[in-house]
Amino acid sequence: MKTIEASSITQAVAEMAIKACCNLPADMMAGFKEARKNEPSPVGRDILSQLIRNAEIAESESMPICQDTGMAVVFVELGQDVHIVDGNLEDAIHKGVRKGYVDGYLRKSMVAEPLFERTNTQNNSPAIIHVRIVPGDAVRIRLAPKGAGSENKSVLKMLVPADGIDGVRKVVLDCVQAAGPNSCPPMVIGVGIGGTMEMAALCAKRAAARDLNSVNPDPRYATFEKELLEMVNKTGVGPQGLGGLCTALKVNVEWYPTHIASLPVAVNINCHAARHAEAVL
Amino acid sequence: MSNEKRITAPFSRETAADLKAGDRVLISGTIIAARDAAHKRLVETLDKGEGLPVNLEGQVVYYVGPSPAKPDQVIGAAGPTTSGRMDSYTPRLIEHGLRGMIGKGYRSDEVVKAMKSHGVPYLAAVGGAGALIARSVRSYTVLAYGELGPEAVAAMEVEDFPAIVVIDAEGNNYYEQGQAPYRAL
Repeated sequence: MKTIEASSITQAVAEMAIKACCNLPADMMAGFKEARKNEPSPVGRDILSQLIRNAEIAESESMPICQDTGMAVVFVELGQDVHIVDGNLEDAIHKGVRKGYVDGYLRKSMVAEPLFERTNTQNNSPAIIHVRIVPGDAVRIRLAPKGAGSENKSVLKMLVPADGIDGVRKVVLDCVQAAGPNSCPPMVIGVGIGGTMEMAALCAKRAAARDLNSVNPDPRYATFEKELLEMVNKTGVGPQGLGGLCTALKVNVEWYPTHIASLPVAVNINCHAARHAEAVL
Repeated sequence: MSNEKRITAPFSRETAADLKAGDRVLISGTIIAARDAAHKRLVETLDKGEGLPVNLEGQVVYYVGPSPAKPDQVIGAAGPTTSGRMDSYTPRLIEHGLRGMIGKGYRSDEVVKAMKSHGVPYLAAVGGAGALIARSVRSYTVLAYGELGPEAVAAMEVEDFPAIVVIDAEGNNYYEQGQAPYRAL
């Protein structure tokens, strides 16, 4: 049994919020530079140069990469041998989001209720929290701020088994083409396959938050990730939708067992500001 | 970037007409920041037959909700937001004198129709380049709806603000023209 104070979770979340929003992850910066080498479109190359410059300015001035510092999506892997004291897990995370977004001059984009009043909470809480209980005595927290431009282009389709691999390809392609410049390409695309409707969506979200240099551990899905990337980069959408070969930097696929009659597919697009930070307590 | 046109905002009719799809521009002058909630209020004001808090004649609207400025900054990160969410309000504002728009992403057929009949171009700034774009902003002054925070209507004084014309006043569309040569499906 390990004891963790709620305040240390709050502190970690606050620090991660600022870091994720202001410092482009190294894997994304490397991805931009590689894409710039291979992009034949002059406008596309110019956009990629501006994104590299933008990330450098953001980091040196501790300024957000993008003004939409997003909803704070938090994935928690909570070791079952952890005992949280002086507070509880979810409140500690919400508090960390409030602290990080206020202290870090990040934009507050959450409304308290979605349909009638839509009043801004003024502190970007609550977070969107996904918890998994895992073996062990550590807490792993991954914070992935998610902007609305790309989130709004997400798609969920309840395919049937007969739709097969071609059906999945079509869902991804249609989603990317409909998103075009709106979701700020070059994108990182998360695809969730299987499970129920909410599990497919959660798989897609996890996939979109993965590192650029990660691959699916199942070689069939790793190959499928590459194939989907080649497909979306033939759309011509390119950086910012102004034309080119780099529409996406990466397609990540996550899957889950599913029903004999189902083939759910979810696509969650991340913009080029594919922000993420991780801490282990 | 090279070969940029330097233009001044608000736009004269001539400036608006001279902009062609694919032109890269550097904008100096004053542009008006407004996004979802502000557009809703502006159109509700028009529906009630009341006057707008800002005279839109010749104005260029920038779809932006900046992040907060630190004490030593004019503005926080200030890149464009998705223009399509403003589509249902836009034709009304164009009828009331709006002469240019800066944002990112596709527009509806209704918006393009209104642009063509009133000589209004639509430009894109680089989405997600919020820190870079902030460097071209000299001042940010709230004009109306201050209680909306990042969604307030504000005057932004800009110098060499970089943008690209994506749909010109004749309806030529650079998203389509730019993507076509690279499409291989």
